[in-house]
Amino acid sequence: MWSHVTPRCVQCIKNKSFVRPFHKPSFQGKSSTASQVSNRKQITVGPLQNRISNVLQQWTRSYSAHFTYVPDTVPSSEGETVRMNLFQAVNNAMDIALASDPTAIIFGEDVAFGGVFRCTLNLQEKHGKDRVFNTPLCEQGIAGFGIGAAVAGATVIAEMQFADYIFPAFDQIVNEAAKFRYRCGNEFDCGRLTFRAPCGAVGHGALYHSQSPEAYFAHTPGLKIVMPRGAVKAKGLLLSCIRSNDPCIFFEPKILYRSAVEQVPTRDYELPIGKADILLEGENVTLLGWGTQVHVLREVAQLAQDRLNVTCEVIDLVTIQPWDRETIYNSVVKTGRLVIAHEAPLNCGLGAEIAASVQKECFLNLEAPIQRVTGHDTPFPHVFEPFYIPDKWRCLEAVRAAVEF
Amino acid sequence: MGVPVFGVLAELLGRKGGCARGKGGSMHMYAPNFYGGNGIVGAQVPLGAGLGFAHKYKGDGGVNISLYGDGAANQGQLFEAYNMAKLWNLPCIFVCENNGYGMGTSAERASANVNYYTRGDYVPGIWVDGMDVLAVREATRFAKQLCVDGQGPVLMETATYRYSGHSMSDPGTSYRTREEIQEVRQSRDPITSFKDKIINAGLTTAEELKNIDNEIRVEVDKATKDAKADGEISLEELAADIYATNLDGPVRGLVSGDTFKHINIGAQVNAK
Repeated sequence: MWSHVTPRCVQCIKNKSFVRPFHKPSFQGKSSTASQVSNRKQITVGPLQNRISNVLQQWTRSYSAHFTYVPDTVPSSEGETVRMNLFQAVNNAMDIALASDPTAIIFGEDVAFGGVFRCTLNLQEKHGKDRVFNTPLCEQGIAGFGIGAAVAGATVIAEMQFADYIFPAFDQIVNEAAKFRYRCGNEFDCGRLTFRAPCGAVGHGALYHSQSPEAYFAHTPGLKIVMPRGAVKAKGLLLSCIRSNDPCIFFEPKILYRSAVEQVPTRDYELPIGKADILLEGENVTLLGWGTQVHVLREVAQLAQDRLNVTCEVIDLVTIQPWDRETIYNSVVKTGRLVIAHEAPLNCGLGAEIAASVQKECFLNLEAPIQRVTGHDTPFPHVFEPFYIPDKWRCLEAVRAAVEF
Repeated sequence: MGVPVFGVLAELLGRKGGCARGKGGSMHMYAPNFYGGNGIVGAQVPLGAGLGFAHKYKGDGGVNISLYGDGAANQGQLFEAYNMAKLWNLPCIFVCENNGYGMGTSAERASANVNYYTRGDYVPGIWVDGMDVLAVREATRFAKQLCVDGQGPVLMETATYRYSGHSMSDPGTSYRTREEIQEVRQSRDPITSFKDKIINAGLTTAEELKNIDNEIRVEVDKATKDAKADGEISLEELAADIYATNLDGPVRGLVSGDTFKHINIGAQVNAK
């Protein structure tokens, strides 16, 4: 459909002869070493069956839209696993939360029959109508109501049907939930409150079904904000958010609901909030993203290796607030170059905060200006979506700009 | 007033012949006197109150009609709009299209008071059988006259039904039975019941109606074909019409190369 339009960056990258020779003789192009989830070692010993399925797991990728999903693998020490996609993992996490905490409740629009994305499937049948119930169509009411229930001692999981609809609730989240503990000197709190919202581009969402509003909330102290890249991370992170004593917002990249398929541990496990994951180690450029973008960046790292002869360190930020400064700074100190990519618009996106902090802390280590590859400063468009999202070619162009500075 | 079939279909497909140049898609159709569909349901009602205020202020005899559903009827901003409209006697007709379901949640499960025509508190309300074409026409005529006479606002609840799911991600059957849908289709369908009414009244024949059907089918088929063949707008429009006066220079977003010049396209319908 768009073959007649070739932006300059794409022409440049696709035709290798346009890539300028490096000026810095110090580039050697070292090989990258892949590392798994949480830097655990890959298991190579085991029954033949397991080995075959591990290999198949790594080689099987589900292709969708502008990225290729790369599943996480978990070592056998994690126990029994089951094949799940993102919405099933979210469902499982909430099932465990309700089973383990008698005060836990889930509510939101249309959650009773399973929800638009099936995240709450069967939960009402299993845990009862008094614990899993539909609310009317009133986001502000849902948020305020959730805060009240949490203050009174319930563990609240409130769903916003789409992150784009969260804005009527913005006042309650920002002015009430985030500030509750602080304003009363810790006398009260609404910490056991988690908002869940599907976010991000999905191919056809247009203005109001594609937004990534994490930056609006990151600007509010008192909230914790998390965005998983896949099923395994989602289950553990959601359980951490639900059990956290601070109000959390859990953004779920909706395009990953069905495509993010992994072997997810069946047990009850939590993953740490505030800790970024280094998915690929590299020497020359740090690539930083979250949610769906992480999978784009993995591909960019491979392209950069093939076409630019540089190795990239790919980091999943995981937690938007508080973001893992230590991991990012250490990585930039090592590589000297940073490319941040996010779907949200450029102006005052989270990339701006990270770039400002990194330039302050790692100024003398930077070899090039920090690059941000983001959505344009326009509303999320309808027909122009392929030109809006920070796809692998644009990210690769940023890597090239950083490397050739 | 209104948008021809081609304009609607092209807009759904995101083509330049669409009523919003393909930029809005299914939820954002705009035309003179039609201030849009809203993806964020309920947002249009305070907008309607404002439009009503403008009519009153300008004294142009205009009336605003704001439509929303039984789901959106529970949005707080509606009540803010009803209050302002009543306080200032605005010529607004608030129409609640009650189809019984807010996507997957039935009206009874979402609203403490399902008599949506009473939800306006001091704003008088009319209950209308939304499946009866003539009833809707007469009620609208009545409500409009009230507003024109300065006795607005008015709330109208049109009781109707939704056969299909709410959207692509809703099969429409996980929260209700197929029998229910069939029953409404057979007993209350507005088009077939109106057809029966006018045939039985001797106003027309089945033959004549069939001819109308065929003509329209031809028209719609042609519009579909044209819409599919229409082109999309060019990439230059990505950064068009964000502002009236762009002070920011080229619109940024990407690392290099792909900055966009902000342009303004076309004349505004509501320009002074």
